Amino acid sequence: MSVTGNRLQPTIFELSRPGRGGGKIPSPPAGALDRVPASQRRVTPPALPELNEPEVVRHYVNLSQLNYAVDTGFYPLGSCTMKYNPKIDEWAARIPGFAGLHPLAPDETAQGSLQLLWELEQALMEISGMTAVSLHPAAGAQGELTGILMIRAYHHSRGNLERDEVLVPDSSHGTNPATATMAGYKTITIPSAADGGVDVAAFTAALGPRTAAVMITNPSTLGLFEARIGELLEAVHAAGALAYMDGANLNAILGRFKPGEAGFDVMHFNVHKTFSTPHGGGGPGAGPVGVRENLVPFLPSPRVLREADGTFRLERPGERPSSIGRLRSFVASTGVLVRAFTYIFHHGGSGLEEVSNDAVLAANYLKARLAGTFDIPYDRACKHEFVASASTLHHTTGVRTLDIAKRLIDYGYHPPTIYFPLIVDEGMLIEPTETETVETLDAFADALIAIAKEARETPDLVTGAPQTAPVRRLDEATAARQPNLRWRPDAARGAAAP
Amino acid sequence: MPYGPHTPEDRAKMLATIGIASVDELFDDIPVRLRASHLDLPPPQPEMELAARLTGLAARNRVDLASFLGAGVYRHFAPAAVDQMLLRGEWYTAYTPYQPEVSQGTLQSIYEYESLIGELLGLDVVSASHYDGASATAEAAMMAARQTRRSRLLVSRGVHPHYRGAVRTYASGNAIRVDEIPLVADGPAAGTTDLAALERMLADAVAQSDPVAGVLAGQPNFLGLLEPMAEVSRLTHAAGARFVAVVEPVSLAVLAPPGEYGADIAAGEGQPLGIAPQFGGPYLGILACTNELVRQIPGRLIGMTTDLDGRRAFVMTLRAREQDIRRERAASSITTNQTLLALAASIYLATMGPRGLADVATLGAARAAELEGVLAEAGAPRIHSGAYLNEFAVHVPNARDVHRRLLGHGVLAGLVLSDAEPDDPSLRDALLVCATEVTTSQEIRMFGDALRAELAGVAGRGDHARTAAGSSAGTAR
Repeated sequence: MSVTGNRLQPTIFELSRPGRGGGKIPSPPAGALDRVPASQRRVTPPALPELNEPEVVRHYVNLSQLNYAVDTGFYPLGSCTMKYNPKIDEWAARIPGFAGLHPLAPDETAQGSLQLLWELEQALMEISGMTAVSLHPAAGAQGELTGILMIRAYHHSRGNLERDEVLVPDSSHGTNPATATMAGYKTITIPSAADGGVDVAAFTAALGPRTAAVMITNPSTLGLFEARIGELLEAVHAAGALAYMDGANLNAILGRFKPGEAGFDVMHFNVHKTFSTPHGGGGPGAGPVGVRENLVPFLPSPRVLREADGTFRLERPGERPSSIGRLRSFVASTGVLVRAFTYIFHHGGSGLEEVSNDAVLAANYLKARLAGTFDIPYDRACKHEFVASASTLHHTTGVRTLDIAKRLIDYGYHPPTIYFPLIVDEGMLIEPTETETVETLDAFADALIAIAKEARETPDLVTGAPQTAPVRRLDEATAARQPNLRWRPDAARGAAAP
Repeated sequence: MPYGPHTPEDRAKMLATIGIASVDELFDDIPVRLRASHLDLPPPQPEMELAARLTGLAARNRVDLASFLGAGVYRHFAPAAVDQMLLRGEWYTAYTPYQPEVSQGTLQSIYEYESLIGELLGLDVVSASHYDGASATAEAAMMAARQTRRSRLLVSRGVHPHYRGAVRTYASGNAIRVDEIPLVADGPAAGTTDLAALERMLADAVAQSDPVAGVLAGQPNFLGLLEPMAEVSRLTHAAGARFVAVVEPVSLAVLAPPGEYGADIAAGEGQPLGIAPQFGGPYLGILACTNELVRQIPGRLIGMTTDLDGRRAFVMTLRAREQDIRRERAASSITTNQTLLALAASIYLATMGPRGLADVATLGAARAAELEGVLAEAGAPRIHSGAYLNEFAVHVPNARDVHRRLLGHGVLAGLVLSDAEPDDPSLRDALLVCATEVTTSQEIRMFGDALRAELAGVAGRGDHARTAAGSSAGTAR
């Protein structure tokens, strides 16, 4: 056991001792449950762990220290925009007036939150160039589903039921084709051209009377702006289809490119990326959608409305029959959106423009630092992230991108996104974000260059990494072949921590 | 930019390394005619001023009311330790544990969450989290359809109306038909799922060669009533369909768990487990199933394994169901989930313990009984007679009007049921009220007194006089 950090923990169930804990709420009176029929009652109480609070706190503090996080170090996880999470955002979300408000509170008692949501919608409209924004979706993927269901409703409202295909570039996030399936569409995959952009010839050939929508990530998952986007959008609309923009990479283009003005019909925002609401170890996010005029009638319900007298209210059930309906309970994940609001108005218009400038500057700087050491498959100005490849290194040394990623852990860094997008051999998608100092960028570049040298000279050091992390590489095959998904005392695996 | 790190020298060095004179050159690939000029938003606001603005906005929300509003989101006591732990940057500024060697904290915490919730539900497989109760319920319904390869769902009208809405929206994409099972109109079972109707609907579906994939019922249901889940389960399985139980987690400390009455899938809202109301989220979608359905469950799963040295470790597993691997053949598009809220629920459960959780459920039931008595005495009797835990519907003449007037007394008198269920005539002039362990006897008396005063006003005066009474009560407060 080490003196600080890196303390592996027994499970919370192993720490349990019958009779420990309690004292949090008053004892209930006897007989309070007599009105519940015996047949409805639980016979065996759930075997939840019993701990006193100090043990609980130590368990979770020690567990937390097994994590790498933005607050502990550089986290260049491409496509995820792991920028600094401002502390005022956390404070704001916890103001009792925001945190304690019930989602079904009457409009007249919720004016503060309703105004905040409405103002956030206005800001996102300006940022995206869209006509209207709904804050309803709970995450980017749900925003995508919302967008594609709206496109479906649009075509159906015009009596057009034949369109059953969605076009998706092969470099796209997996959520795009998965969303198309959830919305009942067939996915048509479009190859990328040699320069990393969408292959226009293949794209226009695939467009037709059966195309409902195209989903484009811009900048793409290769970190490249889709330079032929004007052409592509014209072709989409000429074919009677609508254009969806995956806004995952919006951090690169704030104030430089507004998707709605450029001709996209609908997009989603990932507020945990662009607007720095914390990633939370995997969530929560929020996935607002922006639409142009043609899709406004189909926005999910409820919308936030501003009355003529300046007060705000939520749309009532059934008030707008053309809506696609709801995808979740209540209005929105307001707690996340309070953070996004705080971030946006803290930065203001000029601050957000600087965010993109510096995010793009940092990515191009790192790319320039690494260009002599790794393959750069698309060697032109990138946006907020870029793909490097260890393809040559792999062929000459046998060391793979996975090994490099694990070795970066020993150097004290979170690895970049690896093997995504799927179209790049031995790819590393590196996204430094705008909040990192040049010293941090330099040290990271130096580490990668040093690892490339190790790969040639002492490859075992790289393929055996990590050595300094709390655990070494894991047996993922057994985990999948004989899944152990729930604690059972008799089926535990491996040596538990002391 | 508030968090920008670069000095002018830094910028100069970076530009020189890239070999350009200005950062603008990095945006030359945006076609000229599609370039935006700038963002028309206010200038940056210093943190001090922004904090004051946020405090001012929050002050416009009324969170000082004695609240009896539940309807899917419940006020509960959360030990201070829960939020203290959540504020650690190692938790909330990490992301999805793609690199397990530096994510064991998150991975083990999710495994423990899956285990804790599995214990509560009596089911084998628990997903790492979904967005909220409604979307988890919709995913559960889609699971039933995928697994049975059928395309018809029956949803009890006792399931929360927002959840029914989400099920309809998710089903719409794949042409899955959704029918609602009515509730019993009167008698001792009034307000619960109509078993005779369910049996008939299941049989009709078979007769139409469009058999039912899944049946969804809520426990407790939206009206707070306990449903005959074992009976619903039996009828569902007899028709070869999957049974989806929509549950509330605190109640499972004292109510039979879904695994016991044969649910194949359980879904629910985890908000009551230490998560603040926050005007709609972020919450915690609970989704779980039997081992038989493990390949159909959407969302991440964390498993226990070992590392190269034989140490116990945790890892994302059965990934072939997920969108980044399977793309258009994935079980769902879900990626970002609600991990931090699952952590909150775990810390809540670990801190409260089994007896603490049972006390929460039991004390809530006791407070609700007290509320029932006081409201009945004030002239608002229950509408239904079936057993409930901590939420129930009462009859109140001119419910919407009275509800609004009670705000003037400092009382948020639950939910006006006709706002939530406009199509159900039996719920006209009804309020859905709840009490939990944090509801005090003083608040209950306050509600009773204010209601008695308002109902006396309704009975004794005309409309004009009632308005005056309402506003004078508001001024007096």
